[in-house]
Amino acid sequence: MDPSRGAISELPIKAEVRNFNFHYGEFHALKDVTMPLCERKVTALIGPSGCGKSTLLRSFNRMHDLYAGNRYGGEIILHPDQTNLLDPRVDPIEVRMRLSMVFQKPNPFPKSIYENVIYGQRVRGVTKRSVLDDKAEEALRAAALWGEVKHRLHDMAFALSGGQQQRLCIARALATDPEVLLFDEPTSALDPIVTASIEELIHQLKEKVTILIVTHNMQQAARVSDFTAYMYLGELIEFGYTEEIFIKPRDKRTEDYITGRFG
Amino acid sequence: MSPSSSSPAVSERLARKASRHISERIIEATLFAAAAVSIFVTVAIVFILVRESVAFFQQVPVVDFLSDTQWTPLFDDAHFGILVLLSGTAVSSTVALAVAIPIGTTIAIFLSEFASQRTRETAKPILELLAGMPTVVFGYFALMFVTPLLQELMPELPGFNLLSAGLVMGIMIVPIVSSIAEDAMRAVPMALREGSYAMGATRLQTAFYVVLPAAVSGIGAAYILGIARAVGETMILAIAAGMQPKLTFDPREPAATITAFIVQVALGDLPHGSIGYQTIFAAGLTLMLFTLLFNILGFWLQRKYRERY
Repeated sequence: MDPSRGAISELPIKAEVRNFNFHYGEFHALKDVTMPLCERKVTALIGPSGCGKSTLLRSFNRMHDLYAGNRYGGEIILHPDQTNLLDPRVDPIEVRMRLSMVFQKPNPFPKSIYENVIYGQRVRGVTKRSVLDDKAEEALRAAALWGEVKHRLHDMAFALSGGQQQRLCIARALATDPEVLLFDEPTSALDPIVTASIEELIHQLKEKVTILIVTHNMQQAARVSDFTAYMYLGELIEFGYTEEIFIKPRDKRTEDYITGRFG
Repeated sequence: MSPSSSSPAVSERLARKASRHISERIIEATLFAAAAVSIFVTVAIVFILVRESVAFFQQVPVVDFLSDTQWTPLFDDAHFGILVLLSGTAVSSTVALAVAIPIGTTIAIFLSEFASQRTRETAKPILELLAGMPTVVFGYFALMFVTPLLQELMPELPGFNLLSAGLVMGIMIVPIVSSIAEDAMRAVPMALREGSYAMGATRLQTAFYVVLPAAVSGIGAAYILGIARAVGETMILAIAAGMQPKLTFDPREPAATITAFIVQVALGDLPHGSIGYQTIFAAGLTLMLFTLLFNILGFWLQRKYRERY
Protein backbone atom coordinates (compact mmCIF):
# COMPACT_ATOMS: atom_id res chain seq x y z
CA MET A 1 0.00 0.00 0.00
CA ASP A 2 1.19 3.51 -0.80
CA PRO A 3 1.93 4.98 2.64
CA SER A 4 1.50 8.60 1.51
CA ARG A 5 -2.18 7.93 0.80
CA GLY A 6 -2.95 6.77 4.31
CA ALA A 7 -5.52 4.34 5.57
CA ILE A 8 -9.08 4.64 4.29
CA SER A 9 -10.34 4.78 7.85
CA GLU A 10 -8.64 8.13 8.35
CA LEU A 11 -10.45 9.83 5.46
CA PRO A 12 -13.62 11.87 5.99
CA ILE A 13 -16.59 9.55 5.68
CA LYS A 14 -19.90 10.61 4.08
CA ALA A 15 -21.81 7.42 4.69
CA GLU A 16 -21.22 3.91 5.88
CA VAL A 17 -23.01 0.66 5.30
CA ARG A 18 -23.02 -1.59 8.34
CA ASN A 19 -24.00 -5.25 8.37
CA PHE A 20 -26.52 -4.68 5.64
CA ASN A 21 -28.71 -7.59 4.60
CA PHE A 22 -31.33 -7.59 1.89
CA HIS A 23 -34.02 -10.10 0.92
CA TYR A 24 -36.19 -10.16 -2.19
CA GLY A 25 -38.90 -12.42 -0.78
CA GLU A 26 -37.00 -15.62 0.03
CA PHE A 27 -33.88 -14.66 -1.88
CA HIS A 28 -31.03 -13.40 0.24
CA ALA A 29 -29.59 -10.78 -2.13
CA LEU A 30 -27.08 -9.01 0.10
CA LYS A 31 -25.19 -10.63 2.96
CA ASP A 32 -23.66 -8.62 5.76
CA VAL A 33 -22.25 -5.85 3.62
CA THR A 34 -20.10 -3.32 5.43
CA MET A 35 -18.29 -0.53 3.61
CA PRO A 36 -17.62 3.20 3.85
CA LEU A 37 -18.37 5.97 1.35
CA CYS A 38 -15.60 8.57 1.48
CA GLU A 39 -16.59 12.18 1.19
CA ARG A 40 -16.14 13.80 -2.23
CA LYS A 41 -14.72 10.65 -3.70
CA VAL A 42 -16.07 8.31 -6.34
CA THR A 43 -16.76 4.79 -5.14
CA ALA A 44 -17.47 2.15 -7.77
CA LEU A 45 -19.46 -1.03 -7.22
CA ILE A 46 -18.40 -3.78 -9.60
CA GLY A 47 -19.21 -7.45 -9.94
CA PRO A 48 -20.99 -9.88 -12.25
CA SER A 49 -24.72 -9.64 -12.96
CA GLY A 50 -26.87 -10.58 -10.00
CA CYS A 51 -24.15 -9.84 -7.44
CA GLY A 52 -26.36 -7.28 -5.70
CA LYS A 53 -24.53 -4.08 -6.61
CA SER A 54 -27.63 -2.29 -7.92
CA THR A 55 -29.62 -3.53 -4.94
CA LEU A 56 -27.04 -1.98 -2.62
CA LEU A 57 -27.07 1.30 -4.54
CA ARG A 58 -30.87 1.51 -4.46
CA SER A 59 -30.86 0.89 -0.72
CA PHE A 60 -29.20 4.25 -0.13
CA ASN A 61 -32.22 6.24 -1.27
CA ARG A 62 -34.78 3.67 -0.14
CA MET A 63 -36.03 2.87 -3.64
CA HIS A 64 -36.86 -0.61 -2.37
CA ASP A 65 -39.65 0.84 -0.26
CA LEU A 66 -41.68 1.27 -3.47
CA TYR A 67 -42.14 -2.45 -3.90
CA ALA A 68 -43.79 -4.98 -1.65
CA GLY A 69 -41.91 -8.09 -0.58
CA ASN A 70 -38.50 -6.47 0.03
CA ARG A 71 -36.93 -6.83 3.46
CA TYR A 72 -33.72 -5.35 4.71
CA GLY A 73 -31.77 -5.06 7.90
CA GLY A 74 -28.61 -3.39 9.11
CA GLU A 75 -27.66 0.26 8.84
CA ILE A 76 -26.65 2.89 6.33
CA ILE A 77 -25.37 5.81 8.38
CA LEU A 78 -25.31 9.24 6.76
CA HIS A 79 -22.88 11.84 8.06
CA PRO A 80 -22.78 14.47 9.48
CA ASP A 81 -26.27 13.58 10.80
CA GLN A 82 -25.07 10.20 12.06
CA THR A 83 -28.55 8.97 11.22
CA ASN A 84 -29.43 5.53 9.96
CA LEU A 85 -31.18 6.11 6.61
CA LEU A 86 -32.97 2.80 6.97
CA ASP A 87 -34.61 3.67 10.28
CA PRO A 88 -38.40 3.43 9.89
CA ARG A 89 -38.69 6.88 11.50
CA VAL A 90 -36.65 8.36 8.65
CA ASP A 91 -38.83 9.71 5.84
CA PRO A 92 -37.67 8.22 2.51
CA ILE A 93 -38.78 11.43 0.78
CA GLU A 94 -36.29 13.41 2.87
CA VAL A 95 -33.60 10.83 2.14
CA ARG A 96 -34.18 11.14 -1.61
CA MET A 97 -33.84 14.89 -1.41
CA ARG A 98 -30.29 14.53 -0.12
CA LEU A 99 -29.23 11.46 -2.09
CA SER A 100 -30.06 11.90 -5.78
CA MET A 101 -30.08 9.15 -8.34
CA VAL A 102 -29.29 8.77 -12.03
CA PHE A 103 -30.63 5.67 -13.73
CA GLN A 104 -29.33 3.19 -16.24
CA LYS A 105 -31.50 4.40 -19.10
CA PRO A 106 -32.11 8.12 -19.46
CA ASN A 107 -35.62 8.64 -18.08
CA PRO A 108 -36.59 12.28 -18.68
CA PHE A 109 -40.20 13.10 -17.89
CA PRO A 110 -42.60 13.95 -20.73
CA LYS A 111 -42.06 17.64 -20.09
CA SER A 112 -39.85 20.45 -21.30
CA ILE A 113 -36.12 20.50 -20.63
CA TYR A 114 -36.67 23.30 -18.12
CA GLU A 115 -39.44 21.49 -16.26
CA ASN A 116 -37.34 18.35 -16.09
CA VAL A 117 -34.43 20.14 -14.44
CA ILE A 118 -36.51 21.97 -11.85
CA TYR A 119 -38.72 18.97 -11.06
CA GLY A 120 -37.02 18.46 -7.69
CA GLN A 121 -37.64 22.10 -6.77
CA ARG A 122 -41.26 21.89 -7.95
CA VAL A 123 -42.04 18.92 -5.76
CA ARG A 124 -40.53 20.84 -2.85
CA GLY A 125 -43.06 23.58 -3.49
CA VAL A 126 -40.66 26.20 -4.88
CA THR A 127 -42.62 28.49 -7.18
CA LYS A 128 -40.49 31.63 -7.34
CA ARG A 129 -39.51 32.09 -10.94
CA SER A 130 -36.12 33.66 -10.29
CA VAL A 131 -35.09 30.85 -7.94
CA LEU A 132 -36.17 28.21 -10.43
CA ASP A 133 -34.40 29.93 -13.32
CA ASP A 134 -31.17 30.17 -11.33
CA LYS A 135 -31.38 26.54 -10.26
CA ALA A 136 -32.02 25.38 -13.80
CA GLU A 137 -29.04 27.26 -15.18
CA GLU A 138 -26.74 26.20 -12.37
CA ALA A 139 -27.65 22.54 -12.70
CA LEU A 140 -27.47 22.52 -16.49
CA ARG A 141 -24.05 24.17 -16.33
CA ALA A 142 -22.86 21.60 -13.80
CA ALA A 143 -24.08 18.84 -16.11
CA ALA A 144 -22.25 20.45 -19.07
CA LEU A 145 -25.51 20.85 -20.97
CA TRP A 146 -26.22 24.57 -20.64
CA GLY A 147 -24.50 25.62 -23.84
CA GLU A 148 -26.44 23.11 -25.91
CA VAL A 149 -29.91 23.79 -24.53
CA LYS A 150 -29.98 27.38 -23.27
CA HIS A 151 -31.87 28.54 -26.35
CA ARG A 152 -34.45 25.79 -26.23
CA LEU A 153 -35.23 25.24 -22.58
CA HIS A 154 -38.91 24.89 -23.36
CA ASP A 155 -38.54 22.18 -25.98
CA MET A 156 -39.59 18.68 -25.02
CA ALA A 157 -36.85 16.68 -23.33
CA PHE A 158 -37.35 13.84 -25.82
CA ALA A 159 -36.04 16.07 -28.57
CA LEU A 160 -32.56 15.63 -27.06
CA SER A 161 -30.13 12.87 -28.03
CA GLY A 162 -29.52 9.93 -25.69
CA GLY A 163 -26.35 11.43 -24.24
CA GLN A 164 -28.00 14.81 -23.76
CA GLN A 165 -30.97 13.12 -22.08
CA GLN A 166 -28.65 11.40 -19.63
CA ARG A 167 -26.91 14.68 -18.87
CA LEU A 168 -30.34 16.22 -18.41
CA CYS A 169 -31.09 13.49 -15.86
CA ILE A 170 -27.82 14.33 -14.13
CA ALA A 171 -28.78 18.02 -14.12
CA ARG A 172 -32.16 17.07 -12.69
CA ALA A 173 -30.41 15.12 -9.93
CA LEU A 174 -28.06 18.04 -9.21
CA ALA A 175 -30.77 20.69 -9.08
CA THR A 176 -31.75 19.66 -5.57
CA ASP A 177 -28.22 20.22 -4.21
CA PRO A 178 -27.74 16.61 -3.15
CA GLU A 179 -24.88 15.51 -0.92
CA VAL A 180 -24.58 12.10 -2.54
CA LEU A 181 -25.14 11.13 -6.18
CA LEU A 182 -26.08 7.55 -6.93
CA PHE A 183 -25.34 6.38 -10.47
CA ASP A 184 -26.87 3.08 -11.58
CA GLU A 185 -24.86 2.07 -14.67
CA PRO A 186 -25.32 5.54 -16.14
CA THR A 187 -23.58 4.86 -19.43
CA SER A 188 -24.66 1.32 -20.30
CA ALA A 189 -27.22 2.63 -22.81
CA LEU A 190 -24.85 5.16 -24.39
CA ASP A 191 -22.16 5.06 -27.07
CA PRO A 192 -18.42 5.32 -26.23
CA ILE A 193 -18.02 9.02 -27.05
CA VAL A 194 -20.99 10.02 -24.93
CA THR A 195 -19.74 7.66 -22.23
CA ALA A 196 -16.42 9.51 -22.16
CA SER A 197 -18.22 12.83 -21.69
CA ILE A 198 -20.30 11.46 -18.81
CA GLU A 199 -17.17 10.06 -17.17
CA GLU A 200 -15.50 13.44 -17.50
CA LEU A 201 -18.55 14.96 -15.87
CA ILE A 202 -18.41 12.52 -12.95
CA HIS A 203 -14.80 13.55 -12.49
CA GLN A 204 -15.80 17.19 -12.17
CA LEU A 205 -18.79 16.50 -9.95
CA LYS A 206 -16.79 14.85 -7.21
CA GLU A 207 -15.39 18.22 -6.23
CA LYS A 208 -18.77 18.94 -4.73
CA VAL A 209 -20.57 15.67 -4.06
CA THR A 210 -19.89 12.15 -2.93
CA ILE A 211 -20.51 9.68 -5.72
CA LEU A 212 -21.45 6.02 -5.70
CA ILE A 213 -21.53 4.38 -9.11
CA VAL A 214 -22.57 0.91 -10.19
CA THR A 215 -20.87 -0.16 -13.37
CA HIS A 216 -20.62 -3.23 -15.50
CA ASN A 217 -17.60 -1.84 -17.21
CA MET A 218 -14.36 -2.48 -15.33
CA GLN A 219 -12.39 0.04 -17.38
CA GLN A 220 -14.95 2.62 -16.39
CA ALA A 221 -14.51 1.79 -12.71
CA ALA A 222 -10.75 2.08 -13.16
CA ARG A 223 -11.10 5.42 -14.95
CA VAL A 224 -13.58 7.24 -12.75
CA SER A 225 -13.36 5.86 -9.24
CA ASP A 226 -11.12 6.43 -6.24
CA PHE A 227 -12.41 3.38 -4.43
CA THR A 228 -13.78 0.13 -5.73
CA ALA A 229 -15.91 -2.49 -4.08
CA TYR A 230 -16.02 -5.91 -5.71
CA MET A 231 -19.19 -7.83 -5.00
CA TYR A 232 -20.01 -11.42 -5.77
CA LEU A 233 -23.19 -13.40 -5.00
CA GLY A 234 -24.42 -10.81 -2.53
CA GLU A 235 -21.19 -10.52 -0.62
CA LEU A 236 -18.70 -7.70 -0.53
CA ILE A 237 -15.51 -9.53 -1.44
CA GLU A 238 -13.07 -6.68 -1.43
CA PHE A 239 -13.05 -2.94 -0.90
CA GLY A 240 -10.11 -0.60 -1.31
CA TYR A 241 -8.33 2.01 -3.37
CA THR A 242 -9.17 1.46 -7.02
CA GLU A 243 -5.51 1.04 -8.02
CA GLU A 244 -5.00 -1.64 -5.43
CA ILE A 245 -8.12 -3.55 -6.43
CA PHE A 246 -7.04 -3.49 -10.03
CA ILE A 247 -3.29 -3.92 -9.65
CA LYS A 248 -2.90 -6.28 -6.73
CA PRO A 249 -6.22 -7.56 -5.45
CA ARG A 250 -5.95 -9.47 -2.22
CA ASP A 251 -8.73 -11.92 -2.98
CA LYS A 252 -8.46 -14.61 -5.64
CA ARG A 253 -12.09 -14.07 -6.72
CA THR A 254 -11.48 -10.37 -7.33
CA GLU A 255 -8.42 -11.18 -9.37
CA ASP A 256 -10.32 -13.69 -11.48
CA TYR A 257 -13.04 -11.14 -12.22
CA ILE A 258 -10.65 -8.27 -12.92
CA THR A 259 -8.52 -10.33 -15.25
CA GLY A 260 -11.62 -11.47 -17.13
CA ARG A 261 -11.52 -15.11 -16.14
CA PHE A 262 -15.26 -14.91 -15.55
CA GLY A 263 -17.99 -12.34 -15.31
CA MET B 1 -37.96 -17.54 -67.53
CA SER B 2 -39.15 -18.69 -64.17
CA PRO B 3 -36.67 -20.24 -61.75
CA SER B 4 -38.49 -23.55 -61.59
CA SER B 5 -38.17 -24.26 -65.29
CA SER B 6 -34.48 -23.39 -65.31
CA SER B 7 -33.75 -26.02 -62.68
CA PRO B 8 -35.81 -29.06 -63.55
CA ALA B 9 -34.90 -31.26 -60.60
CA VAL B 10 -36.37 -29.97 -57.34
CA SER B 11 -35.61 -32.49 -54.67
CA GLU B 12 -38.62 -34.43 -53.42
CA ARG B 13 -37.98 -33.31 -49.83
CA LEU B 14 -37.80 -29.62 -50.73
CA ALA B 15 -40.75 -29.44 -53.12
CA ARG B 16 -43.82 -27.44 -52.13
CA LYS B 17 -46.36 -29.54 -50.31
CA ALA B 18 -49.68 -29.00 -52.04
CA SER B 19 -51.72 -30.03 -49.00
CA ARG B 20 -50.04 -27.55 -46.70
CA HIS B 21 -50.36 -24.85 -49.29
CA ILE B 22 -54.11 -25.38 -49.62
CA SER B 23 -54.86 -25.45 -45.90
CA GLU B 24 -52.90 -22.23 -45.43
CA ARG B 25 -54.95 -20.62 -48.17
CA ILE B 26 -58.23 -21.78 -46.64
CA ILE B 27 -57.30 -20.29 -43.28
CA GLU B 28 -56.22 -17.05 -44.90
CA ALA B 29 -59.48 -16.86 -46.84
CA THR B 30 -61.52 -17.53 -43.68
CA LEU B 31 -59.74 -14.80 -41.76
CA PHE B 32 -60.21 -12.39 -44.62
CA ALA B 33 -63.90 -13.23 -44.86
CA ALA B 34 -64.37 -12.57 -41.15
CA ALA B 35 -62.74 -9.18 -41.50
CA ALA B 36 -64.72 -8.43 -44.66
CA VAL B 37 -68.07 -9.17 -43.01
CA SER B 38 -67.62 -6.45 -40.42
CA ILE B 39 -66.61 -3.93 -43.05
CA PHE B 40 -69.51 -4.97 -45.26
CA VAL B 41 -72.00 -4.51 -42.42
CA THR B 42 -70.63 -1.04 -41.66
CA VAL B 43 -70.79 -0.02 -45.29
CA ALA B 44 -74.33 -1.42 -45.60
CA ILE B 45 -75.51 0.54 -42.55
CA VAL B 46 -74.06 3.76 -43.88
CA PHE B 47 -75.58 3.04 -47.28
CA ILE B 48 -79.10 2.51 -45.89
CA LEU B 49 -78.81 5.57 -43.65
CA VAL B 50 -77.70 7.76 -46.53
CA ARG B 51 -80.27 6.38 -49.01
CA GLU B 52 -83.23 6.94 -46.70
CA SER B 53 -81.87 10.31 -45.61
CA VAL B 54 -81.58 11.44 -49.23
CA ALA B 55 -85.26 10.57 -49.69
CA PHE B 56 -86.03 12.53 -46.52
CA PHE B 57 -84.11 15.60 -47.60
CA GLN B 58 -85.93 15.62 -50.95
CA GLN B 59 -89.05 16.53 -48.97
CA VAL B 60 -87.54 18.54 -46.14
CA PRO B 61 -84.95 21.20 -46.99
CA VAL B 62 -81.65 20.80 -45.16
CA VAL B 63 -81.89 24.41 -43.98
CA ASP B 64 -85.20 23.71 -42.22
CA PHE B 65 -83.74 20.56 -40.72
CA LEU B 66 -80.87 22.50 -39.20
CA SER B 67 -82.63 25.71 -38.23
CA ASP B 68 -86.23 24.87 -37.26
CA THR B 69 -86.87 25.05 -33.53
CA GLN B 70 -89.69 22.52 -33.45
CA TRP B 71 -89.68 18.77 -33.92
CA THR B 72 -93.13 17.46 -34.73
CA PRO B 73 -92.62 14.99 -37.58
CA LEU B 74 -95.79 13.02 -36.87
CA PHE B 75 -98.20 15.97 -36.55
CA ASP B 76 -100.26 17.43 -39.35
CA ASP B 77 -98.24 20.61 -39.03
CA ALA B 78 -94.94 18.82 -39.32
CA HIS B 79 -91.69 20.47 -38.28
CA PHE B 80 -88.28 18.87 -38.56
CA GLY B 81 -85.84 20.86 -36.43
CA ILE B 82 -83.08 18.44 -35.42
CA LEU B 83 -81.74 21.05 -32.97
CA VAL B 84 -84.56 20.10 -30.65
CA LEU B 85 -83.31 16.52 -30.37
CA LEU B 86 -79.64 17.59 -30.37
CA SER B 87 -80.26 19.83 -27.38
CA GLY B 88 -81.63 16.87 -25.44
CA THR B 89 -78.64 14.77 -26.41
CA ALA B 90 -76.20 17.56 -25.58
CA VAL B 91 -77.69 18.29 -22.15
CA SER B 92 -77.96 14.65 -21.06
CA SER B 93 -74.45 13.87 -22.32
CA THR B 94 -73.00 16.90 -20.56
CA VAL B 95 -74.58 15.86 -17.27
CA ALA B 96 -73.33 12.30 -17.77
CA LEU B 97 -69.78 13.39 -18.54
CA ALA B 98 -69.74 15.84 -15.64
CA VAL B 99 -70.25 12.74 -13.50
CA ALA B 100 -68.21 10.17 -15.40
CA ILE B 101 -65.02 12.10 -16.18
CA PRO B 102 -64.09 13.31 -12.68
CA ILE B 103 -65.15 10.09 -10.96
CA GLY B 104 -63.67 7.84 -13.63
CA THR B 105 -60.35 9.67 -13.63
CA THR B 106 -60.13 9.65 -9.86
CA ILE B 107 -60.80 5.93 -9.75
CA ALA B 108 -58.19 5.34 -12.45
CA ILE B 109 -55.56 7.31 -10.54
CA PHE B 110 -56.39 5.48 -7.34
CA LEU B 111 -56.31 2.02 -8.90
CA SER B 112 -53.18 2.63 -10.92
CA GLU B 113 -51.03 4.58 -8.45
CA PHE B 114 -52.31 3.99 -4.94
CA ALA B 115 -54.22 0.72 -4.63
CA SER B 116 -52.47 -2.48 -3.67
CA GLN B 117 -52.52 -5.29 -6.17
CA ARG B 118 -55.21 -7.05 -4.16
CA THR B 119 -57.48 -4.03 -4.04
CA ARG B 120 -57.05 -3.51 -7.76
CA GLU B 121 -57.80 -7.11 -8.59
CA THR B 122 -60.96 -6.99 -6.50
CA ALA B 123 -62.20 -3.57 -7.55
CA LYS B 124 -61.71 -3.82 -11.30
CA PRO B 125 -64.05 -6.77 -12.00
CA ILE B 126 -66.72 -5.21 -9.79
CA LEU B 127 -66.47 -1.95 -11.72
CA GLU B 128 -66.63 -3.79 -15.00
CA LEU B 129 -69.74 -5.57 -13.78
CA LEU B 130 -71.34 -2.14 -13.62
CA ALA B 131 -70.49 -1.64 -17.28
CA GLY B 132 -72.07 -4.97 -18.17
CA MET B 133 -75.42 -4.21 -16.55
CA PRO B 134 -78.33 -3.90 -19.02
CA THR B 135 -79.14 -0.24 -19.58
CA VAL B 136 -82.84 -0.84 -19.04
CA VAL B 137 -81.99 -1.54 -15.41
CA PHE B 138 -80.21 1.80 -15.20
CA GLY B 139 -83.21 3.46 -16.82
CA TYR B 140 -85.61 2.23 -14.15
CA PHE B 141 -83.04 3.00 -11.48
CA ALA B 142 -83.08 6.60 -12.71
CA LEU B 143 -86.87 6.79 -12.93
CA MET B 144 -87.81 4.97 -9.73
CA PHE B 145 -84.92 5.83 -7.42
CA VAL B 146 -82.84 8.82 -8.52
CA THR B 147 -85.71 11.03 -9.68
CA PRO B 148 -87.66 10.71 -6.38
CA LEU B 149 -84.42 11.37 -4.52
CA LEU B 150 -83.80 14.51 -6.56
CA GLN B 151 -87.40 15.57 -6.02
CA GLU B 152 -86.68 15.67 -2.29
CA LEU B 153 -84.12 18.37 -3.05
CA MET B 154 -85.96 20.05 -5.91
CA PRO B 155 -89.71 19.67 -5.37
CA GLU B 156 -90.54 21.22 -8.75
CA LEU B 157 -88.62 18.58 -10.66
CA PRO B 158 -90.88 16.73 -13.11
CA GLY B 159 -91.05 12.93 -13.04
CA PHE B 160 -89.26 12.75 -16.35
CA ASN B 161 -86.13 14.89 -16.62
CA LEU B 162 -82.72 14.99 -18.28
CA LEU B 163 -80.87 15.48 -14.99
CA SER B 164 -81.74 12.15 -13.44
CA ALA B 165 -81.20 10.26 -16.70
CA GLY B 166 -77.88 12.04 -17.24
CA LEU B 167 -76.63 11.32 -13.72
CA VAL B 168 -77.38 7.63 -14.01
CA MET B 169 -75.89 7.53 -17.49
CA GLY B 170 -72.77 9.08 -15.95
CA ILE B 171 -72.58 6.29 -13.39
CA MET B 172 -72.93 3.78 -16.19
CA ILE B 173 -70.02 5.38 -18.08
CA VAL B 174 -67.68 5.60 -15.05
CA PRO B 175 -66.24 2.09 -15.51
CA ILE B 176 -65.56 2.70 -19.21
CA VAL B 177 -63.59 5.83 -18.42
CA SER B 178 -61.82 4.43 -15.37
CA SER B 179 -60.89 1.14 -16.97
CA ILE B 180 -59.34 2.60 -20.12
CA ALA B 181 -57.69 5.49 -18.28
CA GLU B 182 -56.23 3.06 -15.77
CA ASP B 183 -54.80 0.90 -18.55
CA ALA B 184 -53.18 3.99 -20.05
CA MET B 185 -51.66 5.00 -16.73
CA ARG B 186 -50.40 1.54 -15.95
CA ALA B 187 -48.67 1.46 -19.33
CA VAL B 188 -46.44 4.35 -18.25
CA PRO B 189 -43.03 2.75 -17.66
CA MET B 190 -41.89 2.18 -14.10
CA ALA B 191 -38.63 3.98 -14.95
CA LEU B 192 -40.50 7.29 -15.14
CA ARG B 193 -42.12 6.73 -11.76
CA GLU B 194 -38.81 5.74 -10.21
CA GLY B 195 -37.25 8.89 -11.65
CA SER B 196 -39.91 10.94 -9.96
CA TYR B 197 -39.68 9.15 -6.61
CA ALA B 198 -35.89 9.43 -6.70
CA MET B 199 -36.30 13.20 -6.89
CA GLY B 200 -38.16 13.13 -3.60
CA ALA B 201 -41.66 13.31 -5.05
CA THR B 202 -44.61 11.87 -3.17
CA ARG B 203 -47.04 9.40 -4.71
CA LEU B 204 -49.56 12.13 -5.36
CA GLN B 205 -46.96 14.35 -7.03
CA THR B 206 -45.74 11.44 -9.11
CA ALA B 207 -49.29 10.63 -10.18
CA PHE B 208 -50.19 14.19 -11.17
CA TYR B 209 -46.89 15.56 -12.48
CA VAL B 210 -45.50 12.52 -14.25
CA VAL B 211 -47.93 9.64 -14.78
CA LEU B 212 -50.97 11.68 -15.80
CA PRO B 213 -49.16 13.80 -18.41
CA ALA B 214 -47.44 10.71 -19.77
CA ALA B 215 -50.77 8.89 -20.14
CA VAL B 216 -52.74 11.86 -21.46
CA SER B 217 -53.41 10.45 -24.91
CA GLY B 218 -54.82 7.20 -23.52
CA ILE B 219 -56.89 9.12 -20.99
CA GLY B 220 -58.19 11.31 -23.81
CA ALA B 221 -59.22 8.16 -25.66
CA ALA B 222 -61.11 7.04 -22.56
CA TYR B 223 -63.00 10.36 -22.48
CA ILE B 224 -63.85 10.18 -26.18
CA LEU B 225 -65.20 6.69 -25.75
CA GLY B 226 -67.24 7.93 -22.80
CA ILE B 227 -68.65 10.75 -24.92
CA ALA B 228 -69.53 8.37 -27.74
CA ARG B 229 -71.28 6.12 -25.26
CA ALA B 230 -73.24 9.02 -23.76
CA VAL B 231 -74.33 10.37 -27.13
CA GLY B 232 -75.44 6.94 -28.29
CA GLU B 233 -77.18 5.84 -25.09
CA THR B 234 -80.87 5.13 -25.66
CA MET B 235 -82.69 3.14 -23.02
CA ILE B 236 -81.98 5.25 -19.93
CA LEU B 237 -83.15 8.38 -21.73
CA ALA B 238 -86.20 6.76 -23.27
CA ILE B 239 -87.29 5.59 -19.82
CA ALA B 240 -86.30 8.41 -17.49
CA ALA B 241 -86.09 11.59 -19.57
CA GLY B 242 -89.51 11.53 -21.14
CA MET B 243 -89.93 11.53 -24.88
CA GLN B 244 -91.29 15.01 -25.50
CA PRO B 245 -89.14 16.78 -28.07
CA LYS B 246 -88.31 20.15 -26.60
CA LEU B 247 -85.62 22.67 -27.33
CA THR B 248 -84.10 23.22 -23.92
CA PHE B 249 -80.75 23.54 -22.24
CA ASP B 250 -82.15 23.11 -18.74
CA PRO B 251 -81.34 19.63 -17.38
CA ARG B 252 -84.30 19.81 -15.01
CA GLU B 253 -86.76 19.61 -17.90
CA PRO B 254 -87.94 16.53 -19.74
CA ALA B 255 -86.80 16.23 -23.34
CA ALA B 256 -86.24 13.70 -26.09
CA THR B 257 -82.81 12.87 -27.44
CA ILE B 258 -82.03 11.63 -30.95
CA THR B 259 -81.84 8.07 -29.73
CA ALA B 260 -85.01 8.32 -27.67
CA PHE B 261 -86.89 9.64 -30.70
CA ILE B 262 -85.62 6.81 -32.89
CA VAL B 263 -86.74 4.16 -30.44
CA GLN B 264 -90.10 5.88 -29.98
CA VAL B 265 -90.87 6.03 -33.68
CA ALA B 266 -89.47 2.62 -34.42
CA LEU B 267 -91.87 1.11 -31.88
CA GLY B 268 -94.93 2.70 -33.51
CA ASP B 269 -96.46 1.40 -36.71
CA LEU B 270 -95.41 3.82 -39.38
CA PRO B 271 -95.81 2.86 -43.02
CA HIS B 272 -92.56 2.03 -44.78
CA GLY B 273 -91.43 4.92 -46.98
CA SER B 274 -93.53 7.56 -45.23
CA ILE B 275 -91.88 10.81 -44.18
CA GLY B 276 -92.16 9.86 -40.50
CA TYR B 277 -90.35 6.62 -41.21
CA GLN B 278 -87.60 8.42 -43.06
CA THR B 279 -87.01 10.89 -40.21
CA ILE B 280 -85.53 8.02 -38.20
CA PHE B 281 -82.81 7.66 -40.76
CA ALA B 282 -82.10 11.37 -40.98
CA ALA B 283 -81.85 11.47 -37.18
CA GLY B 284 -79.69 8.33 -37.20
CA LEU B 285 -77.36 9.83 -39.78
CA THR B 286 -77.00 12.95 -37.64
CA LEU B 287 -76.12 10.81 -34.66
CA MET B 288 -73.58 8.83 -36.67
CA LEU B 289 -71.95 12.00 -37.95
CA PHE B 290 -71.58 13.28 -34.40
CA THR B 291 -70.05 10.05 -33.19
CA LEU B 292 -67.72 10.10 -36.18
CA LEU B 293 -66.78 13.68 -35.36
CA PHE B 294 -65.84 12.70 -31.82
CA ASN B 295 -63.83 9.76 -33.04
CA ILE B 296 -61.90 11.97 -35.45
CA LEU B 297 -61.39 14.52 -32.71
CA GLY B 298 -60.12 11.81 -30.40
CA PHE B 299 -57.81 10.45 -33.06
CA TRP B 300 -56.43 13.94 -33.71
CA LEU B 301 -55.98 14.71 -30.02
CA GLN B 302 -54.25 11.42 -29.50
CA ARG B 303 -51.75 12.16 -32.24
CA LYS B 304 -51.19 15.72 -31.12
CA TYR B 305 -50.60 14.92 -27.48
CA ARG B 306 -48.98 11.56 -27.82
CA GLU B 307 -46.15 11.30 -25.32
CA ARG B 308 -43.18 9.21 -26.14
CA TYR B 309 -41.52 7.62 -23.21
